[in-house]
Amino acid sequence: MSIMKMSDIQKSFGSNHVLKGISFSVDKGEVVSIIGPSGSGKSTLLRCATFLETIDSGIISYDDKDVTKNVNGKCVYAKNLNDFRHIFGLVFQNFNLFPHYSVLKNMMDAPVSIMKRDKREVREECMMLLEKMGLADKADAYPCELSGGQQQRVSIVRALAMNPEILFFDEPTSALDPELTGEVLKVIKQLAKEKMTMVIVTHEMAFARAVSDKVIFMSGGVIVEQGAPEEVFGNTRSERMKQFLQNYNRD
Amino acid sequence: MTLMTMALKMASGLEKTCAIFFLTLLFALPLGMVVALMRGSKYKVISGAASFIISVLRGTPLMLQLIAVTYGPYYLFGISVSRNKLIPVVVAFSINYAAYFAEIYRSGIESMPVGQYEAAQVLGYSRVQTFFKIIFPQVIRRILPSMTNEIVTLVKDTSMAFTVSYQEMFTIGKQIANSETSFIPFVVAGVFYYVFNAAVSFIMRRVEKAMSYYKI
Repeated sequence: MSIMKMSDIQKSFGSNHVLKGISFSVDKGEVVSIIGPSGSGKSTLLRCATFLETIDSGIISYDDKDVTKNVNGKCVYAKNLNDFRHIFGLVFQNFNLFPHYSVLKNMMDAPVSIMKRDKREVREECMMLLEKMGLADKADAYPCELSGGQQQRVSIVRALAMNPEILFFDEPTSALDPELTGEVLKVIKQLAKEKMTMVIVTHEMAFARAVSDKVIFMSGGVIVEQGAPEEVFGNTRSERMKQFLQNYNRD
Repeated sequence: MTLMTMALKMASGLEKTCAIFFLTLLFALPLGMVVALMRGSKYKVISGAASFIISVLRGTPLMLQLIAVTYGPYYLFGISVSRNKLIPVVVAFSINYAAYFAEIYRSGIESMPVGQYEAAQVLGYSRVQTFFKIIFPQVIRRILPSMTNEIVTLVKDTSMAFTVSYQEMFTIGKQIANSETSFIPFVVAGVFYYVFNAAVSFIMRRVEKAMSYYKI
């Protein structure tokens, strides 16, 4: 069963046509990596999937329910967008933790005050998550007191605290120095092992190859290649991706 | 008249000085937020109206606004000038300071990184919840230093109420200075304002410190 599905997504910013008919779906328990050169539309795709940008046309659906529909050639969004928002979580490149909230409050506030869940139950769950991430001693710390890697791990557990069915990552390690990148990638690998459904936009090729069930290579607003990592990396068909990987390996 | 009697007489006006100060803060702080939100409205009519009002209130002297609010109703509609001048004085101060506060709030709101809104949106916060829980507390933290500036100015500006003969501390001091042909009341007034502002600065520093448990 696909948790998320996008078909023929079109998106322009003014005259800049960023997404030119993107279609793909994510099954339960699947880890999908999206790779590609800068400006290929990877992040925009993720932002469309999480409703931070509105699409011009196409269909987005979660759990086989359509979020958008085509009415007389116009793309119309469903009214109950917040019901869909509870299905996914998003981890940002630059964390976007709430600086005035402690780590625990960052995690607990949305489940408690937005979803009206029982405070004690949420606290227990959050503490367990922090424990698992080795961040239990940071529960009362403020984001400014944490390293970049710790902040990103907190932002991952903040998203997990909402019990999402699918988790999106928008270049989760791009704002981190190489030393801190490892600890974040380790967390994502752990989640993959636990069969968390994830879509990861990343520049970490080795990581994408190791962790993904499916790799999508985007360039110029279209999906150029997609498939199992061995296939896409080991038996690259398109010239564009060969060139991309060559440039990448040269660094 | 001895220095002591002068000081005591002037101190009797301090109550009114404080009334202007606290009532202005009470009304202008929330009113400024309303004007700031109007100014940031996506509807051109609302944001245009707000920025016009702000430009008039900041572009004309507070003294003129005091006179207009106090005596305007009489000249325009023949309504007699109210005996209790506290009302027009506080109205004039409140709308004037609301305009300045609005610009401070706006600068604070605009300095918020867009990522904070996006993170809140993805987590399911509504627009109102995002504003009150995520944005507003951080805006306050950011604008406190400029707020302190404005509040210190307000303390000194209360002396403008003398233009409409409202019997606050400075008005009394000016009357004594005239009748006694003495400069001493002005010195006393200076000391009063200085002490008042020292207290304001002390309190604001404490507030800033209390809020600095996190870095932005």
